[in-house]
Amino acid sequence: MKAKVIVRLKDGVLDPQGQTIQRSLNKMGHEVTELRQGKYFEIEINGMKDESAVRQRVEQIAADVLCNPIIETFEIEDIA
Amino acid sequence: MKFGVVIFPGSNCDHDTHHVLKSVLGQETVFFWHQDTDLQDVDTVILPGGFAYGDYLRCGAIAKFSPILESVRQHAQEGKLVVGICNGFQILQEAGLLPGVMLRNAGLKFVCRHVWLRTENNQTPFTNACQEGQVLKIPIAHNEGNFFISKQELAELQANQQIIFRYSDAQGDVIPEANPNGSMDSIAGVVNRQGNVMGMMPHPERASEALLSSEDGRFIFNSIINRVH
Repeated sequence: MKAKVIVRLKDGVLDPQGQTIQRSLNKMGHEVTELRQGKYFEIEINGMKDESAVRQRVEQIAADVLCNPIIETFEIEDIA
Repeated sequence: MKFGVVIFPGSNCDHDTHHVLKSVLGQETVFFWHQDTDLQDVDTVILPGGFAYGDYLRCGAIAKFSPILESVRQHAQEGKLVVGICNGFQILQEAGLLPGVMLRNAGLKFVCRHVWLRTENNQTPFTNACQEGQVLKIPIAHNEGNFFISKQELAELQANQQIIFRYSDAQGDVIPEANPNGSMDSIAGVVNRQGNVMGMMPHPERASEALLSSEDGRFIFNSIINRVH
């Protein structure tokens, strides 16, 4: 089973990379009003077939490693 | 006074730090590998600058799982001194030993130049050789030095005098133009609540010999040395 995890910056946390991408897009004429950059992970765990077990493990991984709770939140998009 | 300098894969200021402590300041100094767990009997552990584990994921995010970090945590719990310089600061933040987190610099550029720091609290083991308000000339070299923390925790840092260095101009005025990376409240260095763990983005080991245009970094190392003797 593969889990898909998205890590997002919390509202209000400065995102200089997102701002730069937004400025560049606007220079190209795209009229972007907001752009925030995040991270995306695909995770497979050896031998795990049960969705709730995978979810529990991936939540632990995301909370402990993939995101820094001071500035980021995570969401498990999909397990399949 | 015995110092230990931790080498992570990707550290690049380990030898500079060792050189200053041992050859310039004459202190007994040993290296630790990140997989070591025995801190021997050092008084102070230093996590040096660099790019531990390539800074993949986030700066310090992988390094915090190194075996030596558990020993460093124990060392800190015993009230002994721990110092994180630049990447070492970021690692201590990720490990939860110091508050806040470093975002990308506001200007998106890697900044490598001398800056001025105002000493905000000289009642710590790391600043006791400085005068209150003393301005130090020490270089920074980082891409992620933009200190961020929740407003509530920032208020706690201020109330507890945990902010020990702020970016200032040469006269010691903390003004927005002197903030090189967008750090909240111009924060350049902090201590933990107990006052025995310190992190700073500027590199005192690059400012401890006249040949390198500043010896102000010695105030920090000498504070530590004087304190323990």
